[in-house]
Amino acid sequence: MVKYFACVGLLKSSWDQVCIAFWERYPNPYSNHVLTEDIIFRDVTPSNRLVSRRLLTKTNRAPRWMEKYLPVTMARHAYIIEDSIVDPQNRTMTTLTWNISHARMMSVEERCEYRINPDNTSWTEINREAWISSNLYGLSRAIQEFGLARFKTSVAKTMKGFEYVLAKMQGDTPSRTLTEHAAERARETALVAKEKAKGLASQAHKKHQYV
Amino acid sequence: MLIVLKMNSVGEDCTDLKREYDQCFNRWFAEKFLKEDRSGDPCTEMFKKYQHCVQKAIKEKNIPIDGVEFMGPNKEKPDS
Repeated sequence: MVKYFACVGLLKSSWDQVCIAFWERYPNPYSNHVLTEDIIFRDVTPSNRLVSRRLLTKTNRAPRWMEKYLPVTMARHAYIIEDSIVDPQNRTMTTLTWNISHARMMSVEERCEYRINPDNTSWTEINREAWISSNLYGLSRAIQEFGLARFKTSVAKTMKGFEYVLAKMQGDTPSRTLTEHAAERARETALVAKEKAKGLASQAHKKHQYV
Repeated sequence: MLIVLKMNSVGEDCTDLKREYDQCFNRWFAEKFLKEDRSGDPCTEMFKKYQHCVQKAIKEKNIPIDGVEFMGPNKEKPDS
């Protein structure tokens, strides 16, 4: 069973600026959970597209209700890979990001397409899709809900991080934007989903007690 | 004093090499690559040094990067 999520994001900066910011977006005030960043593969194809692979280390925080079910020896750090293709001729960038650790417990895969906004060519549109799945017996639904809630919060942070870096690049002082309001709404939705996940987990726990 | 915050490499000894390479890459990316100037990549030597260091660190830490092809898990997936 897989949870699917899709959304469209907007950055009020040119596609060029966004691509530059993409490589410079860490660290930012919203990325304290990202510990290390490394390019581990990079090449320019014969068709002049830049292909890169980035390895990230992130802290692996689980909510308390989930920690009860996780092995004590589980690693505190998660490893994530991000593959990307930048096409300067067509002015598109495609990224694919997924976790290579803890994948059996929960797998999150995200695909993004960055292109020039069709309504305003000085802006950039991000089409984002995510697939969240868990194979942990009895808990997979709860973990998927948690994963989805955390992903939505993470998207809001990502957009804030981008805006922060873009504003710095353009010499502006970052300020509250429309995305802040969207982030508030995302946080509220995420909270509802978190409560749902907690409920599902305690249901699963109760089932085990009677077996 | 201006404090510039930068990211660390997963290999503690590779951070300086990483930052040097990143600086070269960011300049080339903005000034050449995005303008479709194919006049060559000035960062290849720096990249080699950095990669030698970081790939060693990845092996030492047993980070499971092998066996996944580029854009690997990008298969058709069901909407649910």
